[in-house]
Amino acid sequence: MNKLQIIINGILKENPVFVLLLGMCPTLGTTTSALNGFGMGAATTVVLMCSNTVISLVKRLIPDMVRIPSFIVIIATFVTVLEMLMKAYVPSLYASLGLFIPLIVVNCIVLGRAESFAAKNSVSSSFCDGLGIGLGFTLALTLLGATREILGSGKLFGFSLWSEDYGILAFVLAPGAFIALAYLIVIVNKLTKKA
Amino acid sequence: MEYILIAISAIFVNNVVLSQFLGICPFLGVSKKVSTAVGMGAAVTFVLTLATIVTYLIQKFILNVYGLEYMQTIMFILVIASLVQMVEIILKKMSPALYQALGVFLPLITTNCCILGVAIIVGNGTYNLHGLAEPTLISGIVYAIATAIGYALALVLFSVLREHLELMDVPESMKGTPIALLTAGLMAMAFVGFSGMV
Repeated sequence: MNKLQIIINGILKENPVFVLLLGMCPTLGTTTSALNGFGMGAATTVVLMCSNTVISLVKRLIPDMVRIPSFIVIIATFVTVLEMLMKAYVPSLYASLGLFIPLIVVNCIVLGRAESFAAKNSVSSSFCDGLGIGLGFTLALTLLGATREILGSGKLFGFSLWSEDYGILAFVLAPGAFIALAYLIVIVNKLTKKA
Repeated sequence: MEYILIAISAIFVNNVVLSQFLGICPFLGVSKKVSTAVGMGAAVTFVLTLATIVTYLIQKFILNVYGLEYMQTIMFILVIASLVQMVEIILKKMSPALYQALGVFLPLITTNCCILGVAIIVGNGTYNLHGLAEPTLISGIVYAIATAIGYALALVLFSVLREHLELMDVPESMKGTPIALLTAGLMAMAFVGFSGMV
């Protein structure tokens, strides 16, 4: 598989949210608006690329027995670095994502890719896989965030499309997250079955 | 009184799954049967309470004292992972019956984000939204236990609904996760009704 294929594979065929159904907590919890979804996706992408690269670099040095704890420490290190950077440079995004930034550590996608891809493949392939999966995650979160923002408050990326009076408040609140994601997955299922 | 308010707010108003979105993966993964849901709920309650006590003490007496707050994420996840491992070993030795019931769920719990999430919330003292009580060890434990009860409650109710769904005629492309998410959405809508109670 060449590098481009690996990246596209992560975005479409193995899309973490719509196909693999991993990382549901940040998917539902941070997508109150398109911008928040995009920010969370971008943060996860950075962690995925860094952790995949480093894990692939050190995979021969780690004994099999302590593989998982070592991966978790590597991932947690990058999450901490990212957390400090975000606190310093994008404090408003950091405040709205809140708890979900440190929780990237326990995001099943990051550990899953480390275990199933980075531990078996070359450094450059692992980097591309991190990028592809990250982009797929970002795409899915932005899409879900945009859906909820449009339906909930009639805005997109903060720009008003129509009066907020026509918004369905439930889509900004918790229930809307579940319902919007359910219908997005249904649409993806329908489209992929036809093709 | 304030402990009761914290508990009610954590169980119903700010339910950990349905309004805070923590621990969704096991919520969708192990809710196909009521018996497994009960086991998972019990395992989460047990580990969450223990993990919160340990991480609170670490936060208070190590991280805060030596100015190491930025190490919180790494420290907590390592403590939780080793704690889960330790609980597993002790249970195996001390109470095989309990191990039989909870054993399969314990490894899953390390990556359940509601454990790390609640540990961080209690460590930072941010659960105390309404200024109900000073963030102390006791109120932290009350919050952790109540959160775990809320988790178990949502999980068991959800698994009952899903057992019924098995018998329903669901459209092809909605089978599996989409219909489960829709059900969860309706449950979340019911729980929104509790807001304003505290």
